Parts: sequence; C-alpha cells; structure tokens
Amino acid sequence: MTVFLIRRLMQAVVVLFVMSLIVFIGVYAIGNPIDILISPEADQIERERAIEALGLHLPMWEQYLVFLQRAVTGDLGRSFAFSTPALELIVERMPATLELAIAAMGISILVGIPLGMWAGFRPESLAGRAIMAGSILGFSLPTFWVGLMLIMVFAVHLGWLPSTGRGETVEFLGLQVSIFTLDGWSHLLLPAFNLALFKMALVIRLTRAGMRENLLMDYVKFARAKGLSTGRVIFVHVMKNIMIPVVTILGLELGSVIAFAVVTETIFAWPGMGKLIIDSINQLDRPVIVAYLLITVSMFIIINLVVDILYSVLDPRVRLKEMKS
Amino acid sequence: MRIVAHGVLAAALAVTGLGSAAAADLTMGLGGAVSSIDPHYHNVATNNMINRHIFGRLIDQDAQQKLVPDLAESWKTIDDTTWEFKLRKGVKFHDGSDFDAKDVMATLSRIPWVPNAPSSFRIFTGQITEAKAIDSHTIHLKTATPFPLMPVFMAGFAIISDEFERAPTEDFNSGKAAIGTGAYKLKQFVRGDRIELVRNDAYHGTKPDWETVSVKQITNSAARVAALLSGDVQIIDQVPTADFARLKKDKNIGISSVVSNRVIYLSMDANRDSSPFVKAKDGSALAKNPLKDVRVRKAMSMAINRPAIVERVMEGQAIAAAQFLPETFFGTSKNLKVEKYDANGAKKLLAEAGYADGFSLTLHSPNDRYLNDEKVAQAVAQMLTRIGIQTKVEALPFATYAPRASKLEFSFMLWGWGSGTGEVSSPLRSLVATYNRDKGFGPSNRGRYSNPKVDEILEAALRTVDDKARGELLAQASEAAIFDVAIIPLHYNINNWATRAGFSYVARTDESTLAMGVKRTKR
Repeated sequence: MTVFLIRRLMQAVVVLFVMSLIVFIGVYAIGNPIDILISPEADQIERERAIEALGLHLPMWEQYLVFLQRAVTGDLGRSFAFSTPALELIVERMPATLELAIAAMGISILVGIPLGMWAGFRPESLAGRAIMAGSILGFSLPTFWVGLMLIMVFAVHLGWLPSTGRGETVEFLGLQVSIFTLDGWSHLLLPAFNLALFKMALVIRLTRAGMRENLLMDYVKFARAKGLSTGRVIFVHVMKNIMIPVVTILGLELGSVIAFAVVTETIFAWPGMGKLIIDSINQLDRPVIVAYLLITVSMFIIINLVVDILYSVLDPRVRLKEMKS
Repeated sequence: MRIVAHGVLAAALAVTGLGSAAAADLTMGLGGAVSSIDPHYHNVATNNMINRHIFGRLIDQDAQQKLVPDLAESWKTIDDTTWEFKLRKGVKFHDGSDFDAKDVMATLSRIPWVPNAPSSFRIFTGQITEAKAIDSHTIHLKTATPFPLMPVFMAGFAIISDEFERAPTEDFNSGKAAIGTGAYKLKQFVRGDRIELVRNDAYHGTKPDWETVSVKQITNSAARVAALLSGDVQIIDQVPTADFARLKKDKNIGISSVVSNRVIYLSMDANRDSSPFVKAKDGSALAKNPLKDVRVRKAMSMAINRPAIVERVMEGQAIAAAQFLPETFFGTSKNLKVEKYDANGAKKLLAEAGYADGFSLTLHSPNDRYLNDEKVAQAVAQMLTRIGIQTKVEALPFATYAPRASKLEFSFMLWGWGSGTGEVSSPLRSLVATYNRDKGFGPSNRGRYSNPKVDEILEAALRTVDDKARGELLAQASEAAIFDVAIIPLHYNINNWATRAGFSYVARTDESTLAMGVKRTKR
C-alpha cells in the first residue's frame, strides 16, 4: 500500500509539472490580455505601464520561470482582473461548487440506484421500461435547455423557487456555506437537479446493467438455493457487486461535476468555480486559468486515488494485485 | 442557445409574473462582472458603475453624459493653464468625517500609486503638473499646456477619503475603505455574485427611492431575462435583441431606451502599401493597397445599406450612423448625413479608382463583444461582395481578436467605440489621429490612418478653452475625417433596460445601470 501511494505521488508531481507547462504555453498563445483589461481610452504610455505592472513585458520562458519559482512556494500568482491571489480566488469559490456537486451527486445516487435496481430487477415491467425511456431523456437533453426549462417552470410559472444566484450563507469551519439555511436550499435545488440529471441517467443504466448481469450469476442461484430471501440476495449480495462499476464511474464523474459545472453555474448565476473559469478565460486572466487547471488536475489525481482505494475495499482481488506490484 | 431561450420566453410571457420585493428594496440584474470596489484599481465600465453608487466625483455626468456639479460646486479657468475648482461645503463621508480639499489631494496622490492596476485612472490625472489646495474648499490644478478637457476628465474618477490614501485594493473590497460620499453605502461585496448597498441618508444630493439595493451579476442573457420574468430582479440591463420584441409586448414588463455613445464602425488599413488581407480576386498580391485610395473607401461606405442592417440584423435596436457620436453630443457636426446606399454609384467609383473588377478582402470581427457583432460583419461582407469586393468574414473571440488587431495583423476590421467623455475628442484622438506615442494620439487607430488636416484641427481644438469654439473645431475635425472616410461608421447602438411593471429607468447613454435612476411608477 505504501509503495503504491509513493508511486502515485511521484506520478502526480510529474503530471502537474507537464500540465502547468502545457497550460502556460496554451494560454500564452491565445494572446495578450492587456487589450481586454485596459480601458479603450488609455493612451500608449498608460498601456506600457500596465504591461509592465502585470509582468507581461517579459519573454514567455521568463514568465514561466517566475511562475514556477513562486508555484514551488505555493503562490500561483495574482489575478490580473481582481488583484487577489489566484489560489485565494478559487478557494473562495470552492464551497459553492462543492455544495452544488455534492447535492447533485446525492440526488443522482438517491434517485438513480433504486430506479436502476428496479429497472434491472423487472426489466419487462411498465415501470422498468418507463425508467429506461426516462434515462434516455436524461442523457440526451442538453443541460442548458433543461436548466432554462426548470427556471421557466419552477421560478417563472409556479414561482416556487428562485431563478438565480446562491442563497443566504452561514460560516461553517471558516467557509461560507448555504446548505444550512432554508433560503440556501431553495436556491440550490434547481441547479443541483439540473446538474444531477445526466449523472442520474448514467447511474440508472449502470445499475440496471449490473443488476441484470448479476441476477444470472451462479452465486445468486446458490444464494437462492440456500433459501435466502430475495431482499437479502439483492440488497446484500447483488448490490455489493453492482457497486464496483458505479463507484468507479461516480468517482470520476464527481471530479467532472466539480471542475466542469460551467454550464449550470452560468445559467443559474451560481457563483462557483465554473463561472470563475469562464469569466477568467474571457478576460485572459492567465494566473487564474493556470491555477484553476492545476487544482483541477490535483483533484482528479486525488479522486482517482480514492477510487482505487475504495475499489480495493469493495473487491478484495484488486487489493491483492496492488500489494504484489 | 438564443433560439432556445426565445421559445422558452415565449412560454413564459403567457404567464403573470409573481412575487415582488418589499416596498423600498431593489434588486438589479447586471450582465457585466464587477472585479473590485476599489474605484482606482481597474478603469472598466462595470466597476465604475458600481463605485458611482458609493463614491462621489468632483463633477458628475447626467444620463446624457452632460457635466453636472457633484463635489465641486463650480469650476473655471483662472489663466491659460490653471483650473480652479470650488468644493461643496457640508458634505460628509459615510463615516461622518467632513469632505474637503485634502480628500481631493489624497485621491490625486492615490490614483498613480495603486499597485498592479490593470487599467489605471492615471489617464484622467496625468495632465496635472501641480495640484494645490488654496483653502479647505478651493483647489487649483495646473497643466503644462491649456487643457480644456479638465472638467471632463475630473468626471472620470471617484474621490476617496484622505484616511485611505494608501489603502490597498483589498481594503476597499472588504468594505473597510469603501467610505465615500455617494448616495449608497457598501454593505457587502461578494465577488462574482452580488453587491449589497444601503441608502446613505446623509447624502447631499437627491435621495434615491430605494433603501436597500442588491446588485446581482447574471452574465447569461437568457438567465437574466428569466430572473426578470420571475420577479427575482426588478431591472436588467443588456436586454438581448432576440427577446426584445416579446418583452415589449408583455404587460408586466417596461422598457427604457436611449441611443448610446457607442458607434459600431469599420476600420481599414489605409497606411501600408501592402496589407495582409487585401488581395486580387485570384489570391495574388496587388500592386498597391486599394484601401489607401479614398475613392475605394468611399465606394465601400456607399455600398453598405445601413437602414437594412439596423432593421434586419439589429432588429431596430440601433440607429444608422453618420459620424463618431450621435448628433446630440458635444462636438458633433450638423453637416454630416448618413451615407446613402448606392450600389451603382459605388461600382462607378470603384471603376474610376481602377478596380472595376474589384478585389478580395477579409473582414475580421469579434463574435462576443458588441451586440450582434458577427452578424453585422456578415451583412457588410455580402453588401461589399455585391459591388465586386469579394469579402470574407473571419469572426474571433475578442480575447484573440483584440491582441492580433493591436499587432496590426488585419486589414479590415469591425470595432465599436463608446465615448467615455461624452464628447467627440475621445474618438477623434483614439481612432483617427495619427499614431503618436508621445502625444497619446491614435492608441486605437489600428488601421494607422493618418491625415495631417485632421491632426491639425484636433490639436487646435484640444488647446481651445472656449466651449463654443472648441465644439466647432471638433465638428470640423469630424467632417475632415468622415469626408476622407477615415472610418466607416455603421450604427449607434440603442441601450435598453427592461423593468418590472411599476418601475422605470432613466436610460443612460453611457450604458451604466444606476439604482439612483430606477424610479417607481404608477401601475
């Protein structure tokens, strides 16, 4: 296990380094942010001053070295637009996105797994067919359209839920979180559901496939022959086996939900990291783009690690293999 | 996305809006993003709009961008190079301290100091060679040469309390240093989300209608419209043209409009002998650059059917343009008329210039900057192709478009210019004056157009303190530039705000959305 962790950590450092280089070159290639940041009324002298103030007068390799030097000490640079350290800016937005991602994952698991199990258990029933048909919609409808429809129905037509923004926040462990207030939940519900829809469909399909496959396995027949109740066979034995692919996929999806909730965050004006990255790209706010992508990569590395560990807990064979290597 | 939003909104319009905030609370939905509360950090429209609520200026601009007294009661020149400003007495900052000359001096000292400023307000104070407080309520500002635009420039920046002369940007964002003389006090600034304001009851001017104001940033236009329809916000800016007609028909929605200070125009490389995107029709190089010939430029202007663009592409939300600013602004010419659409005349003129067979051209345009920018470019390209100038459009995100244009990589470009000063010297100086770093001329002249006559009249105007004489000179400079087709003006945008019924907005030419301008009306 320790060897495994150390190896993973070294890989992570290499990945982060390569990533920072690629992103830096990529962002540099897009162009000079000064034209976007500076007031059109500015004269040439003011322009030169601003270029120097932001360190844009240095050649690219020098800018990269300056960045690396600071990055090693944990300083990922200051945002051009906000004058705030990029890392602080991202961390500030993180609770909002995490809240949204976790709520969305929660919804998709709580709704998706039972529905998927039922659809797998009774595939020919009307309910089973309806669930599968519904999951196709979940897959194929574009997020922004569903988001707008949710707003139209629940905010504009029925007036039950607010259409935009984040609700009242309270401080929890030094972070601003909104899940402890009623207002917070009322704002969270629509975007979380919108974000959950795709994952829900995914979970339904995975669970159903796993269910159908496992029901035909010998161990199920054996368990039945042993006289175990249907409930015990399904919820203890089959469920454990279904969970392996579901956990893997959900782990990876959690990463993508956190990192790329951009569309949902934009439509619901949710002040999370996705909205930050889009605004930063539009303004060519290099330090924030680079810092954001580095954080995203780190997050995926960590999630992958956790998934691998969970995996080995669920399936003892995996752990044995890892230990040997 | 816009097409979908269209259908969605159609459904919503059948529905009565629900919910409305308490009597004296206002929530506004803005399309722009606010990066800081520090009024001297980033000179960008959205930041300036928010800090106008909190901070006063020496001189303010009204809804038409005419100068009106704010913290300075009066101003005059006492000799050619000295301006005197008399400050208003009895004004208090939000923390109860008195406003006087030392706050102005502190502001002038802070502006060039602000660290890491991506766009400094130094452009409004750089001309001052010496600032002197004569007494507690009189200020003298000296310049090296006569500087008639001093009052206009003094309307460009906010006055802070001298206590915060060296306060870093973070102190303003946290609210500690966000102490102004404005109509509203800052309650909270949540970056990327909202700004909460409360009324300053000690304000020296007209008290606004709203006790508390919440400014929400909703950058997605469909979401902004939905927020208005659901009653979550009472006013939105940047109303998307696609939703405009439907909103206008809705009984629960009111629209406030005014022609803006922003002209959308075409800029041409009228300087280089060989320009990268001007070629013969078969793709080979041309002997010389046709855009240098005024007859070719004139023909291009004549080939463009502006009313059609306004009607079809802009869906009526623009006005055909004849010059740099609409006629109501200072320094515009009464003699300039919108170029008449005349394709045959244009062809004749092209033939006269020796391009009877035309040539080929690429029009570069941003696709996320101005209202319908790419569509306008497409329409222009078709109209030019009709007279034989084969025109291709290449639309890019502004983030890549602007840097490439500044490197002079393009030959023919679509741009917009909003005059922050509310008069014509701003576009003349930036867009058509000969590029000159030391004079600060032509920083946005990306076609490097140069005409000694325009430069000469403009320089004379910039030395003329008398308003009437200066206005006439600026009009003459505009005429000289437009007759020589320095740029091809297309249209002026119309700024629209949509409000819930029972609210109205005093529409502003400078595109700002101010809570002070939102009024309650009878239903």
